Amino acid sequence: MEILYFAALRERVGHPRETVTSDARTPRDLVAELAARSDGHAAAFADMAALRCAVDQQLTDLDAPLGQPREVAFFPPMTGG
Amino acid sequence: MSARVQTAPFDLAAELAGFGAGAGAVVTFTGLVRDDTGRMAALEIEHYPGMTERALAEYGQAAAARFALIDWRIVHRHGRIGTGQPIMMVATAARHRRAAFEGADYLMDWLKSRAPFWKREIAHDGAARWVAAKTGDEDALARW
Repeated sequence: MEILYFAALRERVGHPRETVTSDARTPRDLVAELAARSDGHAAAFADMAALRCAVDQQLTDLDAPLGQPREVAFFPPMTGG
Repeated sequence: MSARVQTAPFDLAAELAGFGAGAGAVVTFTGLVRDDTGRMAALEIEHYPGMTERALAEYGQAAAARFALIDWRIVHRHGRIGTGQPIMMVATAARHRRAAFEGADYLMDWLKSRAPFWKREIAHDGAARWVAAKTGDEDALARW
């Protein structure tokens, strides 16, 4: 699946997207796998309370079933408007 | 009934031409880049291409259903936008003013906390800082 990062998370991870293979059952499980990839990843996911997630471009709870998405995006709380 | 994301400035008068035919009330809101520190040159706005347009359309359709809007429009810019410049607009049209006001207010609350945009303040000296989400914005959603 494609993992996308936006805003401060993108800066901490160091790149905007990566392709990973995962059997994670929820976004939270996926985060645990991703956080182990580098110090930058770990820093990006340090504050779970300030983490938002979209699965196939729909906002999703971190504990919702993940299924087999094409695209999972992680980002900080939105600041539009 | 439309939602757009673009880098270019928008022309409010042009957006409202023909908007809300048959309505009794049109409400518009325009957000401007505000400089709270006296040091800010611009905002840089990042978004999630693909998801943003879909999310804005969903919120527009939800507002239309809830407030019986005759028409709605959302335009949100991204990229670098100088202080004092317009960032975004919403317009709502309804038979009566209260529905138009409430529809616009509802859309703004959803945009603030659920549309995938992120703001970064760029100071005159080039220093950059991500804008943190306000807890009040999240609380505002609970009203609906």
